This record gives sequence, C-alpha cells and structure tokens, in this order.
Amino acid sequence: MSSRGHIDARAPVLVVGAGPVGLCAAIDLAQHGVKVLVLDQDDSLSEGSRAICFAKRTLEILDRLGVGEQAVARGVVWNTGKVFLRDRLLYQFDLLPEPGHHRPAFINLQQYLMEQLLVERLKMLPGAELRWRHRVTGLAPRADGVTVEVETPAGLEHFDCDYVVACDGARSPLRHLLGLESRGQVFRDRFLIADVRMQADFPPERWFWFDPPFHPGQSVLLHRQADNVWRIDFQLGWDADPERERQSENVLPRIRTMLGPDRPFTLEWVSVYTFQCRRMDRFAHGRVLFAGDAAHQVSPFGARGANSGIQDADNLAWKLCAVLRGEAPPALLESYDAERVPAADENILHSTRSTDFITPKSDASRALRDATLQLAEFFPFARRLVNSGRLSLPSVYRDSPLNTADDAAFGQDACGPGAPAADAPVDTRDGRSWLIDEVGGRFDLLYFAGADGVPDALRERFEALRRQPVPVETTVISARGMRPDVGRYFEDIDGLFAARYDAAPGSAWLLRPDQHVCARWRRFDPDRVRAAQRRALALPALETVT
Amino acid sequence: MKLRLEPNLDAPDDFYQALVDLHRDLDAAQTLLVNARLILLLANHIGDGGVLREALRLARDPAAGAPAPARS
Ligand SMILES: Cc1cc2nc3c(=O)[nH]c(=O)nc-3n(C[C@H](O)[C@H](O)[C@H](O)COP(=O)(O)OP(=O)(O)OC[C@H]3O[C@@H](n4cnc5c(N)ncnc54)[C@H](O)[C@@H]3O)c2cc1C
Repeated sequence: MSSRGHIDARAPVLVVGAGPVGLCAAIDLAQHGVKVLVLDQDDSLSEGSRAICFAKRTLEILDRLGVGEQAVARGVVWNTGKVFLRDRLLYQFDLLPEPGHHRPAFINLQQYLMEQLLVERLKMLPGAELRWRHRVTGLAPRADGVTVEVETPAGLEHFDCDYVVACDGARSPLRHLLGLESRGQVFRDRFLIADVRMQADFPPERWFWFDPPFHPGQSVLLHRQADNVWRIDFQLGWDADPERERQSENVLPRIRTMLGPDRPFTLEWVSVYTFQCRRMDRFAHGRVLFAGDAAHQVSPFGARGANSGIQDADNLAWKLCAVLRGEAPPALLESYDAERVPAADENILHSTRSTDFITPKSDASRALRDATLQLAEFFPFARRLVNSGRLSLPSVYRDSPLNTADDAAFGQDACGPGAPAADAPVDTRDGRSWLIDEVGGRFDLLYFAGADGVPDALRERFEALRRQPVPVETTVISARGMRPDVGRYFEDIDGLFAARYDAAPGSAWLLRPDQHVCARWRRFDPDRVRAAQRRALALPALETVT
Repeated sequence: MKLRLEPNLDAPDDFYQALVDLHRDLDAAQTLLVNARLILLLANHIGDGGVLREALRLARDPAAGAPAPARS
C-alpha cells in the first residue's frame, strides 16, 4: 500500500481488535484523555467458549477502568480449587487465604459478557470510538506515524495515527503484515470444551479431576460461570478426531456420564481446541505495539491469557499517554518490552509446566506424573508437585529499568519496587474504602505518618509535588485512631497497610499510574521522589540537586 | 549442602539386593513407575535444591562429576 495519500480518519492512537485487551487499552487511554479509535473486523462481541476466569489483579485494573463492580456483580466469585484423583479429593487450595482485600482471587464470567461491559464503558467515554466491520489489511509505519489500510463496509479506507496498538488476537494479521513471528510450541493434545446450561448446586469452585471414573485415563475441569452456565473441559488425547468429537451425538453421552442420567442440561457451545505457548521476540516495534494474544499465547490452564493481556494494556496505556503528552520520551515505550516480555515468559513457563503435567510428553514423564499422583493420594509432599494449573498472579517488574533501587532495608515480603500495590482496607475522609481503589491513573506518593503527624514543612513539599507539570499526589497514611490534618489521608484501620508494606513512620512509596510501586524510602525527600519519577518516565537524571 | 559422593550406604550389598528385588516380576511399565515413586520419595527426603540438581546432572552424565583426570 502507499503511505499517506488520502486519509479518511486520524487519531493519536488506533487500537486494532476489540477483544478484552484492545478494549481495556482503549478505555485506559480514553480515561487519560487520549483520543482513540478502535477497529474490529467482526460485527459484534466474541462468541463461543473462551476466557472465563478473571483474576484479582485484573479486577483491580477493571476497577480503575470503571467496570470492576459490574464485572464482580455479574460474575461468579470463587477462591477455592479442588483436585481429585479418580473419585477421591486429593487436596484443595485457597487462592486468597487472608482477609483485607477488596477483590476475590477470581471471578468467572463469560468472555463475551466481559467484553459487553467493556464496550458499554468505552461508549461512555468522550474521545473513544469503536468501529465494527473494519478489517485492517495494510500497515505502513513511518518515523512520525502509521498509515493503516482498512476494509470497511464503505470500501477501502486509510487511517492515520501516531501509534497502533495491535490487539488483534493469536493469529494477528498485523504481526504478519510486519513480517514478524510468534514462536513457541504446540501441545500434542486435544480438549473438548463444552459450555452447558443446567441447574446444579455445586459450590463455585474450580474442580479438576485426574482419571475420573466418568472419563477414565484423562483429565476433566469444571467451572461455574454466570447465568447457570458451566464450563466442562474434557481432555481427549492427540488421536481424537476433532470433527467427530464436536458432534452432539458424541458430546452428549460424555456429559451425561459425568453428570448422571437425571440432570437435565442444554449445550450452549462446544469446541475442540489444541493449545500452544508462544510469544514474539519483542512486543514494541517502533510505532506498532503488540499486546495480548497477538504478542503471546498460553494454554488456558492457569487462566493466564486474557489476564496477562489486560496487564499488558495496563502497562502500556499510561506510557503511551505520557509519550503523546510530551511528558516522557518515546524511549519509555521500550520499558513496555522490558516489563511485559519477562511477564510473558513467566506465564508461558507456568502454563507449559501445567500442560506438561496434564499431557506428559514421553513415557518417562508420564510415569513420573502417574507416580506423583499415586503418592499424592497418601503423602502431602507429593500434592505440592501435582500441577493442574498455577493460577494467574500479577507479574512483579523486579528488574525494571523504571524502578529506583532501595536505599534502606524493608522486610522481605513487603510490597516493593515493581510490584502492583498491595491492597488494604482504609478509612478516608469520605468513609471506608480500599487502598487499591484510591490510587492509580497518576503518580501517587504514599507517606506513612507517625504519632507526631505531618510537620508543616512536609505539607509544603507535598503541595509542591502536586503542582509539578506531571503531578505527584500525596496521601498520608496513619495508624488507626490518628487522623492527621492534611488534604488526603487514610487511616490504616486493620494495620494491614503497615504489615503489607513494612511501614514505619516517615516511610514513603511512589506508585506509577498503573499502581505498580517504583520506589520506596525510609525517609521522605522530595528530590528523591522527583528523581524516581523522572526515572519512571525514562527521563534522564537531572544534575545532582542539593 | 553438597551431594555426597564418598561411600555412605550402611550396608551396600543389602541395599543393592533390595533395590533389585523391588523390581522382581514387574514389567517395563511397572518398573518405570516404581522407580519414579522411589525417586520422588528420596528427592523429598533430600529436599535441598542444590543437592538434587547435582544428582540430576550426574545421573545424566556421571563423567561430569569425576575428578579431573591427571593426564600425563
Ligand atoms: C478455551 C479457552 C479458555 C480460556 N480461558 C481463559 C481464562 O479463563 N482466563 C483467561 O485469562 N484467558 C483465557 N483464555 C484466553 C483468552 O481467551 C485470550 O487470551 C483472550 O481472548 C485474548 O484477548 P485479545 O484481546 O488479545 O484477543 P482476542 O480476544 O482474540 O481479540 C482479537 C480481536 O481482534 C480482531 N481482529 C483480528 N484481526 C483483525 C484485523 N485485521 N482487523 C481488525 N480486527 C481484527 C478480532 O475480531 C478480535 O475481536 C482462554 C482461551 C480459550 C481458547
């Protein structure tokens, strides 16, 4: 295609793909005031059996994007997983064993319902526009922007933008248009995924069977979704014929054997999948940035696909916004690679290990797997080796170039540089809230005050940070019962902030707009805060200020 | 901790015989399973990651652990 020439539409950011990742990226950008145009080749939401499990960190991001409450209300909340061997419970795990978090470990919600919430939210935002039946067929990146060729119901059109966020899914036509690849491995196994509507009073838990009597020699996974829909996932083996297995005369008996003859159900959707783990070498390619399944793909065991893709969007949106506003150099976008490529590797590692356990690749690995299950029946140590999926946790950007190294000691498990802010219940001027809901979308400084409160000199410094071109908003946090007389304060009502951050009077934490911690100190010093903020924006360090 | 490579078994001949007896009358698949269970039990007893990694390495390639030969 020719670059430039006639341009039908222009936007600072063009998001390709209205899946969960593209929609989250677009909402985030629009909330930051960036005009964004979303294009999708389809004419509606996705259908069929796709993501259902959305993790705590995703819910926190969705809260920031304005749809967390609806997602939780619409979905099925769960924290517990059970693993069965044949007809016996081997062990169970609680994914959120401690109180004091706003959001549960997981909700289950059909992907199309999640997308529906996101589309409705996007439509409420001025500056965001979504166009269905717009298929990107060409891409011409230049030094100063990208021209995109789009097939629309009205014919071929050309759009121009500063940046393209490619969220066009696992097959990613945009990746192909740039001659790029996503490399990895395909697992030689097939899974029948059935979504079934039925009345059942099984608890909302993740149930995973190895070698159950109703499907001998293979594994089965059961999950409850919204509206009395249940996800059943039958392992079939590599030799299964996907066409045959999809036929209802073959699917129905499998489900009946599992549920018993007396439970009426209807089939919502059936598909047969083969899974793979792979990723692109890099996700940032100049003005084209890949996110979600387009950039990396995992098997669903562990629910790391959409969850990690939404974390990509969370990571990318504020950076893109800072670059577009001229607050940060384009080099900031390189940190998207530095942070999200290792995150993808972490997800691929976990997903690969789970899949290798569920589908052993050789006689030896099958023997080790079976031996582990046999021992797990009797000995707790072996249960720790059973891997039916290690469920999605947020990545900690420990080695990020945007972090400022600690200059004082903090407890080993304390929330520190690279980690998403740990939640805690707080009391604010306006009543009870959660820390995680009160930060984000800007740089936040959390300052832990001691019994002597906040000296006047500090107040002025907080105020100066707030008046910067790129503001830092300070919130004073105090132990229970102390309410410092400052603009924004939280009372650490259960002492969980102090515990989770290893807080001492005078400690301070700097949070990025995506709620990740990028620096912390035992002593507040505004110059260090400014230096850490510059670092988090990929700006060169200032000459030493005294 | 380091993987012990100097002789350490209480009664080497008895142990060796017991190990062989363990597999009596088993077919190849059953033997594979029994070995796997044995490895898992022993590995948990050892626990130490460094010792286990060293044992894995030497199991695959015993020569890798031999003292450097003094060649003339
Ligand atoms: C059986 C199954 C179960 C799963 N379970 C989970 C789970 O429980 N939890 C979880 O987190 N993940 C799960 N996943 C993974 C999850 O579905 C994906 O990771 C997620 O859909 C990725 O979102 P995305 O926005 O990157 O891509 P997609 O959802 O694939 O969206 C891509 C969009 O791009 C559009 N598009 C493509 N090409 C073009 C083009 N040229 N022009 C314009 N538009 C284009 C498509 O129409 C589509 O709407 C599961 C997947 C499967 C298959």
